[in-house]
Amino acid sequence: MDILVYGIINSISLALVALGFALVYGISRLPNFAHGALYVVAGFLTWSLARAAGINYLLSMLCAMLLTGIMGAMIYRFLLIRVRGMAISEIIASYAMGLAILEGLRWWGFKGMTYTLPPFVEGSIMVLGVPVDYHRLLVVVIGAGVVLVLWLFTHQSRIGLALRGMAQDERAALMLGIDSDFMALLAMGFGSMLAALSAVLLLPLGNIVVEEGYNILILAIAVCIVGGLGSWMGAVLAAFLIGFAQIITVVYLGSHFQMVVAILAIIITLILKPSGLFGKQKELEERV
Amino acid sequence: MAEQRRKERIDRGIKVRADSIYALMSLKEISYLTLPRLILIVGFLLLPILMPSAYWQRVISITCIYALLALSFDFLAHYVGLVSLGGAFFIGVGAYIAAVGNTSLGLPIYLTIPLATLGGGLICTLLLLPCLPLRGVYFAIVTLMYPLAMARIIEALDIFGGTDGIMGVASFPVWWIEQYFVILALLGFLFGMRRLVNEDIGLVFRAVKDNDQAVRASGINITYYKALAVFIASAMGCLGGACLTHIYMWAGISQFALDFSILPIAATVIGGGGTLAGPVLGCLILVPISELLRAFGTLRIVFYAAVLMGFVVFRSEGLMVYGERKYHQFERWVKV
Repeated sequence: MDILVYGIINSISLALVALGFALVYGISRLPNFAHGALYVVAGFLTWSLARAAGINYLLSMLCAMLLTGIMGAMIYRFLLIRVRGMAISEIIASYAMGLAILEGLRWWGFKGMTYTLPPFVEGSIMVLGVPVDYHRLLVVVIGAGVVLVLWLFTHQSRIGLALRGMAQDERAALMLGIDSDFMALLAMGFGSMLAALSAVLLLPLGNIVVEEGYNILILAIAVCIVGGLGSWMGAVLAAFLIGFAQIITVVYLGSHFQMVVAILAIIITLILKPSGLFGKQKELEERV
Repeated sequence: MAEQRRKERIDRGIKVRADSIYALMSLKEISYLTLPRLILIVGFLLLPILMPSAYWQRVISITCIYALLALSFDFLAHYVGLVSLGGAFFIGVGAYIAAVGNTSLGLPIYLTIPLATLGGGLICTLLLLPCLPLRGVYFAIVTLMYPLAMARIIEALDIFGGTDGIMGVASFPVWWIEQYFVILALLGFLFGMRRLVNEDIGLVFRAVKDNDQAVRASGINITYYKALAVFIASAMGCLGGACLTHIYMWAGISQFALDFSILPIAATVIGGGGTLAGPVLGCLILVPISELLRAFGTLRIVFYAAVLMGFVVFRSEGLMVYGERKYHQFERWVKV
């Protein structure tokens, strides 16, 4: 029962973390290696607004999400747009960006165990005989909601359809009058907002530390690679796969192995089937 | 409408002459060809003597190790088309082999370094063998994950000293052996690689980068050549790792850290990819600056990440390509 309940919680958290990465890559083919940095930035922004500036908690969370979204969009607009299409340069530039942000934050003084956010609601409840605190339940509910809303957004709204059109065929989308640069900007903005959303949901469960940025990046990449880069359904499914695998290894082997599972999942998936479970890439584009 | 002009680049006369048999015509042509190389070689050999303190001599050794790594990155990325973001993997494997060989097996330093170089190259090649068919982003991501995986596995299984690392590794007997060993290794590899990429085998490497399907169609086993290239590159990295272990007398998880992956890439981007000498130049600039900034803590990582970003985005040709152009060609404005 422990495994089932915490597996589901862990899986939903992973899905939340990975959706932003999957969104950006799915739409603009841009591997956003600054994802983890944006996640941590959102956490520290919320902390600064709520704790240091004393603004209402909910309001500061929304502000942090908005600011992170704008930040992501600016990163795209002023930096990444210039190297768009050169995959390796994209990776190096965005990774360097993330590194600069994370280490900058560390230098600025955001380190140690002092930065925490309060959970939304205190207390816990028994679910299937396992004690689960309300906050984790809330994460599951909101996470499932986000996946649903994202699905509706990309399948029903005009912008969502335009984004999907660009993901499927950028040239055809351009021909139909969809401004691909603007859409990629939007995607990067939304992706960063999703990173921020997962940050404000998940960070109250632990401390806000800079190292978390690197772990989040690895987890996001793991989920997206296993699910297939560019496939959102695949990402959600892969989140469950990795989520349960992590919980099972933690129960039977110890918590040291949590990240090993994610990293090995990346390596093994790339070796066996680089397009992942639901990837749409053609075989020859990824391996010889 | 304003008069339109454009920049025209023409080879200098001396370059045209020095390209052919006329290179031997006069001292001027000969020195045009050899002076840049001589400056590099003599400069490197003089560096340890010119350094004011033992600390800065140590910095020179570290610079050379980073330069070896940058050289291997440049070779793999720009001559074979395998962009490996896992320089730390090579360093780490070399470091651990040297440390284990020295402390557990009791091998002397002049055996551990060759052992780490060849054995480490072999191990890295074998581990990376399944990933060789991958292209572009996929290979980059998978190589980025290798050092992280190694570090976490060592941490989780608590092997090779776990998080403490292996201590008590023998150091180089005298400081100048340490210095000149890494410097000569770097110079040897630098000029060796420059020659290698212009041999027949280098031609195959570059063909694999440009169009692997065509190479395959001509009946050449591309996996073999890719593996060979990875072996050469990882042996360089492992040599660096082994030297690092013997210099610090310690091997630990931090040798799989991202520093070793990102700084050589930054150096390559700054120095100019595909020139082989460029990455060495980049390291000569970046590592000492990063040392100077050590007082500012992690700000130095911010610094080189920012430099890397700036060069990737705005000046992707790099210093060496720029310098070569200025050396070989002159520019003038002409009317369109």
